[in-house]
Amino acid sequence: MIPSHRLTLANLWVAISAFTIASGMALMQALSRADLDLPFRTPKMYYLSVTAHGVLMAIVFTTFFIMALGYFFTERAFRRSVEQRTVGWISFCVATLGTLMAAGAILLGKASVLYTFYPPLKAHPLFYIGATLLIVGSWGWSWVIIRTYLVWKRENPESRTPLAVHGMLATIIVWLLATVGVAAEALLLLIPWSLGFTEKIDPILARMLFWWFGHPLVYFWLIPAYVIWYTITPRVAGGKLFSDPLARLVFVMFIVLSTPVGFHHQLMDPGVDAAWKLFHVFNTQLIIFPSLLTAFTIIASFEVAGRMKGAKGWFDWLEKLPWGDPAFSSVALAMMIFAIGGWGGAINAAYGMNAMVHNTAWVQGHFHLPVGTATALTFMGFAYRLMPALTGRDLELGLLAIIQPYLWFMGMLMFSISNHLTGLQGMPRRIYQFQYGGSEIAQQWLPGTGISAVGGLFLFGSALCFAAVMFGTGLAGTKRSQDKVEFAEPLQPPGRKALILDNMKIWTAVAIVLVIAAYAIPIIQHLSMERFGARGLSPF
Amino acid sequence: MHVDLYERIWMWGATAIIAVFLISIGVTTFSQAFVPPSHIETIDPDEVRSHSEFGEPGVTIHADGSATVVVQAIMYAFLPREIRVPRGEPVTFRIASPDLIHGFQIARTNGNAMVVPGYVTQFTTIFEEAGEYLIVCNEYCGLGHHNMFGTLIVGDTQ
Repeated sequence: MIPSHRLTLANLWVAISAFTIASGMALMQALSRADLDLPFRTPKMYYLSVTAHGVLMAIVFTTFFIMALGYFFTERAFRRSVEQRTVGWISFCVATLGTLMAAGAILLGKASVLYTFYPPLKAHPLFYIGATLLIVGSWGWSWVIIRTYLVWKRENPESRTPLAVHGMLATIIVWLLATVGVAAEALLLLIPWSLGFTEKIDPILARMLFWWFGHPLVYFWLIPAYVIWYTITPRVAGGKLFSDPLARLVFVMFIVLSTPVGFHHQLMDPGVDAAWKLFHVFNTQLIIFPSLLTAFTIIASFEVAGRMKGAKGWFDWLEKLPWGDPAFSSVALAMMIFAIGGWGGAINAAYGMNAMVHNTAWVQGHFHLPVGTATALTFMGFAYRLMPALTGRDLELGLLAIIQPYLWFMGMLMFSISNHLTGLQGMPRRIYQFQYGGSEIAQQWLPGTGISAVGGLFLFGSALCFAAVMFGTGLAGTKRSQDKVEFAEPLQPPGRKALILDNMKIWTAVAIVLVIAAYAIPIIQHLSMERFGARGLSPF
Repeated sequence: MHVDLYERIWMWGATAIIAVFLISIGVTTFSQAFVPPSHIETIDPDEVRSHSEFGEPGVTIHADGSATVVVQAIMYAFLPREIRVPRGEPVTFRIASPDLIHGFQIARTNGNAMVVPGYVTQFTTIFEEAGEYLIVCNEYCGLGHHNMFGTLIVGDTQ
């Protein structure tokens, strides 16, 4: 066992713990959608649970899982342990401490500001400081991976970067570009204001900086899932990766296009010029391309797998795929769900249609597809391989692992489709109750909210299965070498010569130019205008 | 770089789809001036309640039949609570918040905008169908968020 496995495992455990708590919070929201009259159901508990669910799932679970993946893939692909492991451990401690601070503030009811924490909603300072520490910890992780890559490259000047590392580097570059925005928001605006050093805060400036971070965050979640799809899943399916260079192209496109898109979350905001919104909308539409390319390459890889197992007809290769292996079924189901989510994203980014759905239930119906399924389900499926590989233990409760992706798939279809529809009928997102004084229009949402609640129960059941398998395996699995993680071979061996696609410096430079183009002028224009801040309130 | 024939066809198809998206957004933007609510005007949140315009929210019908609606979005109501506007005429909403961020969404229509303290939200729309509409706040603004709503009545005569 490579010694750094303990560092990887530590990150994985924090991810799984956060996921488990966040799933419990989701149950509270499902009960609210069913509008059941339970004694502990109060607005305070509801908005607290929405905040905890969002922060723990979207920020804590994802970031720690991705840090575990980063260490794992880097060591596996380079066949060496990471450099500067001490920095890795310090980063882990800083990120975990930050998580505990932020989660503590939320669970004590001092930070029910939702995971977007828009000022002038004001949380306890510990919430902002904790969230900042989590990000600082992730910067340490980024440094360890980059440093390991540079050392490897110096020692292997002639070798191509392994595809898994290429993808993780893309993840890190996107993350570093994105977190500049939220770090500026936290350090310059939120923390001084929550500590009382400044009296007022400019909510539009804060929103610009937040979405500078908030949308590339989506690709920070998605790119590592794509790394699993490209480098692991074709092998799990019993085949080969259809195209290695196009996989590299996809990762490079994400580096370039992920960040200059944030204003599409502010299409309905005052104080932001329409021309700049249009520029961000155009970039957003372009970023559909790498995902369409991924859909082809991965499905083609599955067909290759089926044909290698003897399929001859048009569709019989589908039957040859290992549907009973959760590491495969999770990805196949996640891709089906993501196909719906991708089109929904294109709708959200077109402002005419966005006006119909902005901040409605449609939005949570949407983002539970790319993030809540494409990413989360892929991670869960891969965890069934990762946990045994890291602990050297047998996977326990295997039957639960087999049904878990299917439960998630069914639950998510119910949850997401019903929320898309009630959103179109005008139901806002994130509301404790939806009577609106007995309004007739609100009555029309009822069938949809009921289905959404049932979907939520399926998802909760699936999450419990996952948690049971993880804790069962990690704590009580039979000790035996159980490492089944292998990288997929490409169908055509990749050329020996490094392409321009391997040159991360060029693409990072292009990305920085685009970020400056997208944000420099709007922010300067904004700062030069007469602005009045808001004082802030904590009504929770 | 070797790219399989089928994958090349797919890539052209993907490019075509995105081109259609971009062209349809571009054409509606530039030929019909179809843009999202992006009014730029600032206001001191502390003065909204006593402001000459926003301090007295209500509907003004102009000589040409169009209307201006001035709204205060506060925790937890839209003032005025009931808004009456004419059918088939341009209606301009001007909205400000003295406290937190709110959403102003006329359910089942594309009347939808953020109301951010420090800024004036403004957009113009036309209601083609008479009837009673529900206005909801769609941005979390504290424990009473789900109780923040109003009524819009679109009528033929005033």
